[in-house]
Amino acid sequence: MEKERQVLVVFPHPDDEAFGVSGTIASHVNMGTPVTYACLTLGQMGRNMGNPPFANRETLPAIREQELDNAARAMGINDLRKLGFRDKTIEFEDENRLTNLMSSLITELNPSLIITFYPGYSVHPDHEATGAAVVRAVEKMPETSRPKLHCVAFSRNCVEELGEPDIVYNISAVADIKLDAIRAHRSQTELMLANMADKLKAKDPQTMAWLHNERFWTYPF
Amino acid sequence: MDPVILSTVQDALDRLKDKEVYIHLETTNGAYASHNDESFFSSGAYIRNAKVTYERGKITGEGPYRVGLKIPFGWVYAEGITHFEIDQKGRLLLAGHDFNGKLAVALEISETPFD
Repeated sequence: MEKERQVLVVFPHPDDEAFGVSGTIASHVNMGTPVTYACLTLGQMGRNMGNPPFANRETLPAIREQELDNAARAMGINDLRKLGFRDKTIEFEDENRLTNLMSSLITELNPSLIITFYPGYSVHPDHEATGAAVVRAVEKMPETSRPKLHCVAFSRNCVEELGEPDIVYNISAVADIKLDAIRAHRSQTELMLANMADKLKAKDPQTMAWLHNERFWTYPF
Repeated sequence: MDPVILSTVQDALDRLKDKEVYIHLETTNGAYASHNDESFFSSGAYIRNAKVTYERGKITGEGPYRVGLKIPFGWVYAEGITHFEIDQKGRLLLAGHDFNGKLAVALEISETPFD
């Protein structure tokens, strides 16, 4: 992993960073690189409320905001930006407004690397719209001053159409931090982690590979 | 939230009738439904802070429950309701959680707009 000047991570939901990117984030933090995480929404429309439910539609945003703070602390991120959008509405927002918002973040932070979702290959409409906004903002920059753009993709057709990811980091050195980040999003991950507990304990190879490898596609402009 | 107690929910529906109230109504199967199962047709609807006044509100069924609100020129209804809560603001929060505990439907009624 290269040492970066500044990393900017842009995702729409608290917990988007946890599964596929938190090890990479923690690795950059460990190298002393400043990492900014811009999270567009508070995941207000999450469907996991606990079972039996400890959250409801109206209490979920505050709970998930706290979880996001906890996850950021676990990863060592000290610049967390909550952009104030509402879950599941990003694709309906004004595209220029979103592009300009991303451009202003880029101008302010001057990142050498941006991490976001790969538009067209990231399943959730908020993921697609967020990734597309970042791509538009970077596209507007002169070619020579563009930061690297590493994208997360997980649609069924992503490998078929994009090829294998050109970047795969083994983050096993910071796996504990990653698990802490995943756990921090308790309302959304508790059930899943409980189902995985035995496999994690037994160090099931497939589960370990899922946990330890983080995959990115460099966006080709 | 607690499992629906019919009489408590009915009392709350009666308390909020004939008043200008704000409605949150949502159905969802999650944004990943078709990703997880390609044969699944994903659909959902959402309205937040619709202002209505209802003349009749009723919860019925044997659980999961159905709730209908009769408004001057039409109806509001939700089915699959399993849980309820009357929060500190006096808002009636109704939700239906699926077999894994995930929210599938919500109908909420408040005298003040939702955040």
